Amino acid sequence: MTKRLCIHGLAIAGLLATVAVPASAADTITVASWGGTYQEAQTKAFFDPAAKELGITIKQDTTNGLDDVRLQVTGNAVKWDITELGADECARGSKEGLFEKLDYNIIDKSGINPKLVHDDWVGISYTSVVLIYRTDVFGDKGPKTWADFWNVEKFPGRRALSGSQSTETLSVAALAKGIPIDKVYPVDIDGALQSVDKIRGHIDAWWTSGAQAMQLVKDGEVDMASIWNGRAGTLKKEGAPVSFSFDQGVLTADCMVIPKGSKNKDIAMKALAKFVSPDLQANLPLYVDNGPANEKAFETGKIPPDRIKDINSSPENVKKQVLQDPEFWRDTLVEATEKFNNLIQQ
Amino acid sequence: MSVASASLDHAGRPDRAINAGALRADARRESRGLLALLSPGLLLVFAVIIVPIGWLFWLSLFDETGQLSASNYARFFEQASYIKTFVTTFKVAFTVTGACVLFGYPLAYMLSQLPRRAAGACLIFVILPFWTSVLVRTYAWLVILQRKGLVNTWLIDLGVIGQPLPLANNFAAVVIGMTHIMLPFLVLPLYASMKSIDTDCLRAGMNLGASPTATFRQIFLPLSLPGLASGVVIVFVLCLGFFVTPALMGGGKVIMWAMRMEQATSLYSNWGAGAALGVVLLAATLALLGLFHWLLGTRATGVWSER
Repeated sequence: MTKRLCIHGLAIAGLLATVAVPASAADTITVASWGGTYQEAQTKAFFDPAAKELGITIKQDTTNGLDDVRLQVTGNAVKWDITELGADECARGSKEGLFEKLDYNIIDKSGINPKLVHDDWVGISYTSVVLIYRTDVFGDKGPKTWADFWNVEKFPGRRALSGSQSTETLSVAALAKGIPIDKVYPVDIDGALQSVDKIRGHIDAWWTSGAQAMQLVKDGEVDMASIWNGRAGTLKKEGAPVSFSFDQGVLTADCMVIPKGSKNKDIAMKALAKFVSPDLQANLPLYVDNGPANEKAFETGKIPPDRIKDINSSPENVKKQVLQDPEFWRDTLVEATEKFNNLIQQ
Repeated sequence: MSVASASLDHAGRPDRAINAGALRADARRESRGLLALLSPGLLLVFAVIIVPIGWLFWLSLFDETGQLSASNYARFFEQASYIKTFVTTFKVAFTVTGACVLFGYPLAYMLSQLPRRAAGACLIFVILPFWTSVLVRTYAWLVILQRKGLVNTWLIDLGVIGQPLPLANNFAAVVIGMTHIMLPFLVLPLYASMKSIDTDCLRAGMNLGASPTATFRQIFLPLSLPGLASGVVIVFVLCLGFFVTPALMGGGKVIMWAMRMEQATSLYSNWGAGAALGVVLLAATLALLGLFHWLLGTRATGVWSER
């Protein structure tokens, strides 16, 4: 999933603190997430309220993703009690046996899509891949569907797609072929690759990070792009002339796990139960554009009705989008990504 | 030494034999002493360079199931994109090194001819970018080169061009950005080597009737070559492992070897995939250094500059 800057200093500080106060160590857990505004929102939505309710201390760290967890678990140096990952990473890590089993007597899974509820990982939030276009170029008659994006005659202009997130680009490539949203998964990889082959000559940049996608659109380097909805929302708030919608978006989930060998897994289980509870899940969209994974969050009444329509995982918006299947990519990611790289580098 | 100097008084043959033996013993003692002094450094090199590289090589031999296999290397031939990446990496390194020589040589020459004070002031401008983060400089180039960047805006406003030039997110952008970053690595050793050229040699040449061009070509240029060679080697080798600039300025179309390493460590569940990429780059770099060594002699790969 996403690569974000890791602040190792925090990890060391956290470690030192734990060593210094062994008496309270049992009541302290460390949670790692992606950092940045997303983690700040999670702090306010999940971590602080959960710590208060449970009477524990939650220390934080940032992660680069599955390689970090693998390094800690295989190196017998687990320093996190809970960590966030992309759902496809959770599915792969689960296959590798990197996580502790979750106890669904403690964690209430109702309201969470069953595709995101597993023995050793559970969904926590959603990001959407959406089509964004510049309104100073197209007015409000820009490309609305991926088929439009692929239509270079009707919509001339510069284009960017993700080069690093092959799963997302292959999903939108399948949509561009006219496949209905409920038929995209399981993805016909060869068909999707043919679709990418058609557009690749017209792609001016294959972005490799969310910040880069944002910069390309913001500076007018490209006129249309695939982008994560959080980044798209930020652009709009900053006043950039852009438009996007959740139509034909690709919903990708993030998940949380307890790395195998966590020393505080019992407390971590209770904290995780809080994080996915409708009450705390409903806090998340108040601070950030990533939607809650638990749909019961929308029934709590905490989210203002005019905000609900902008949240990617609201029941209305979910219907317009494809849910990326983590287990499909668990088994096909490597082969599909290598083929995808061969294609876009030709 | 006292033995040696004492024996020097007698120039007889047997004495010299004794003397030579003493000298040899002395030399052995000295090299042992030097080795002892070097040992902390050697140990450090062994611990932080030799051992990790050996480990890297070891890791690269295992596949995802932990079995000994060559699959991490076989992949380079099975998937076209790896060969493409390898070629791109060398293409970028060659082009950037060439551009650095083209810009760096005249610059170093000018610096070496300026009065000391002025040269010092100018050198600051060469070194200043060194102190700025690579990331900052790369983004600065994006601001300058992109479609609505400084260059294109100016050229369009001046009526020179009608359509923006494709300057960012391609091969040219990567070369421009990397040349800027690499230039000091070429200029500094080159400048040091040019400064140490004895100006009397040049005067002697002119005294003997050589034209300025001939003096430059036949005296200055050959004497500056060791510095140039070491600069070229430094730049080329650094280019081979570059990550930030191609990742940000290549628009995903210029994939270099280091970028594939990052990709491989997150795509594959074993370290072997990334480790194999590292081993291949290391081997290619060493092979190339060997080639340079063979072509240019020890001066290029050995010392920084030579008097």
